[in-house]
Amino acid sequence: MPENPTLVPALEISGLTKRFGEKLAVNAVDLTVPRGSFFGLVGPNGAGKTTTLSMATGLLRPDAGTVSVHGLDVWSNLVKAKRRIGVLSDGVRLFDRLTGLQLVTYAGLLSGMDRAVVAERAADLLELFDLDAVSGTLVVDYSAGMTKKIALACALIHAPQLLVLDEPFESVDPVSGANIRDILHGFVESGGTVIVSSHAMDLVQRMCDHVAVIADGRVLASGTTDEVRGSSTLEDRFVELVGGRRHGKGPEWLRIS
Amino acid sequence: MVLGTVYGMFMLFLVVVGLLFLSTAPESLGRTVSVVGGAILVLGWTFLPLLSSGIDETVDPARLATFPIPINTLLLALAVSGVLGVPGIITTLAALATSLVWWQTPLIAIVALLCAAIGALTSVVGSRMLAALTVRISSGRRAREAKTVLVLIPLLLLGPAVLALSTLFRELRTVLPIIADVVAWTPFGAIWAVPGDLALGRPGAAALHALIGIGTLIAATAVWRWALDRALERPATSTSHSSAQRGLGWFAVFSGTPTGAVAARALTYWARDPRYAQSLISVPLVPAIVFFYSGASGDLSGLLFVGPIVAVLLGMSIYTDVSYDNTAFSLHLQSGVSGRADRWGRVIAVSVFAVPTTIILTVASVWVSDSWERLAGMLGISLGLFITGLALSSLVSGRFAFAVPAPGDNPFKSRPGGGFTLMLSMFASWTALALLALPEMVLAIIGFATFNQSLGWVSLAVALVLGSTLLIIGVRWGGKLLDDNGPEMLVQLQRQK
Repeated sequence: MPENPTLVPALEISGLTKRFGEKLAVNAVDLTVPRGSFFGLVGPNGAGKTTTLSMATGLLRPDAGTVSVHGLDVWSNLVKAKRRIGVLSDGVRLFDRLTGLQLVTYAGLLSGMDRAVVAERAADLLELFDLDAVSGTLVVDYSAGMTKKIALACALIHAPQLLVLDEPFESVDPVSGANIRDILHGFVESGGTVIVSSHAMDLVQRMCDHVAVIADGRVLASGTTDEVRGSSTLEDRFVELVGGRRHGKGPEWLRIS
Repeated sequence: MVLGTVYGMFMLFLVVVGLLFLSTAPESLGRTVSVVGGAILVLGWTFLPLLSSGIDETVDPARLATFPIPINTLLLALAVSGVLGVPGIITTLAALATSLVWWQTPLIAIVALLCAAIGALTSVVGSRMLAALTVRISSGRRAREAKTVLVLIPLLLLGPAVLALSTLFRELRTVLPIIADVVAWTPFGAIWAVPGDLALGRPGAAALHALIGIGTLIAATAVWRWALDRALERPATSTSHSSAQRGLGWFAVFSGTPTGAVAARALTYWARDPRYAQSLISVPLVPAIVFFYSGASGDLSGLLFVGPIVAVLLGMSIYTDVSYDNTAFSLHLQSGVSGRADRWGRVIAVSVFAVPTTIILTVASVWVSDSWERLAGMLGISLGLFITGLALSSLVSGRFAFAVPAPGDNPFKSRPGGGFTLMLSMFASWTALALLALPEMVLAIIGFATFNQSLGWVSLAVALVLGSTLLIIGVRWGGKLLDDNGPEMLVQLQRQK
């Protein structure tokens, strides 16, 4: 199923552009995310990853370009498209005065789901993320890793076909990170599509079957992970593509002895 | 800080002038004033920092725990730093100035100087003692929030206090000396009574008061040393999982629709988020203030304004609701909830308690001022203003985000720059509110003027019908704006972050 070319892509972005004042944050980005792929979006800080993902998920209006999810144009069918997408945004707050259970329930009910279904799924998700012990604790008292997990549970409750996760592993401890990866792999195996943005090249290389390198608002390379990295590691290839690597060992005085 | 210093100097100047003036008054008055003033000083120093978020956080025991300083050195250093801070210096000078009362009898003035020094030191030690004692409970989010709510308690008590004080002031001349006599035997006031006792020729009482005062200082220092030692040895760690809550709370009460969910969430925030307390203060405060200004003159009809004022404040309270959400609002955007459901949910949440509150306050004000013939008209004005206020805030908050304190910030913190825009748009909205609610107000007022009760009922009917119509328009229009401009709203909110 994953490599079937006759299927419409899970996400198709073309000519996507966003300008903040003088700065062209995203510059005519074209990107195709095949259905059933585990897609990694890598790039340096300020490359336009978050901006691209925000526009792709209907949270930020693009200046130009189109986005379609499973063939459905996102910006002309906002509500319908959003019901198909699960989003984990980086750097936004949660309604953290709710308990974990309340927050997940809230996310489910907002999507217009039935109360009984929400209750069942919320319980499943809290158990899946090992949060059932703290389901009655206010989210504001959660650790950073627990907060990521509860946000991920909120993104999953409406059973989306496409998961868009901005920096899902940041500040997550290794055990939770591994658990989250398992869950995401399970989601992909069942036919879902996952897009993650990350700084951790190593992680992306091991985890993702497809990858795109983005810098200065442009896609520098895109394809299967093996195609993009070629014979070297993803990290080396990334540095090669993005540039900006300094050679040398720093000033003389920084060297002890 | 500069402003605080200037204010402190000004207060000091007033105190010195007042005390000089007192030196010509009878000894007993001088004693009464210095005892009561001194006791207030010690009490204020000890307990006020508990309510504010700590006058001096740089010497928070939790922060000092990492430094290897011997306990006695630390004790001395903290005491000296307390005395030498701006509030400390002003307090000390004010305390020493009490000796001015006795300048005509130099010997007593010298005793007064010593006692004042002890009293000022007790103030500083008292505040340090309580800070060290409460370090464990006063760290962490929950305690911080409890404090901001505690600040409200004096405000809640303001109403009854005003009532009590106004009767008290008339008898103050007779009551104050009695208070002073009682306070003089408490740890807070004892030391301040010594010079007065001597001036009145009661050396026995003076000795006892001095003993209590010095004993208080020693005891407070001992307790402080013990608490500081304990706090340094076992630094407070934040306690999580402290209060787990079972079940869904309001989410189980409201219907399982997007509207119901938003209402449940908003009502949970009304109860849990201290920022919303700002709006809730108005409920007890408005009657207190109106009573203060109108009740004092004996004419209670001014209280009729309470219902409409509270109605306006509560109706406009969801004006900044989306701004309070901050970027958490992105969940609404992601889930594709309709703007209309978002608007209705917030309206329902505030109505749950605001409608009964408005009705009760209106009926109560009519009852107290004994003007039952105005009941219908007053209800018309109050409910009309409340519902129209909801309509306006639903419309405006569907399009504009304002600079408000972020979640978890101190609710009384003002954000730079944003206050003016908020005030300007608030002013415009209040004007619009006055115009939109004009029909029911005019009808009611004509009814009052012509003693025509049926006009009052017409006003109530107009308020409900016109108000509901406006509310539906406001919610739909605001919801449409939110649907169309959701992403732009999120960008605005992100700028506030």
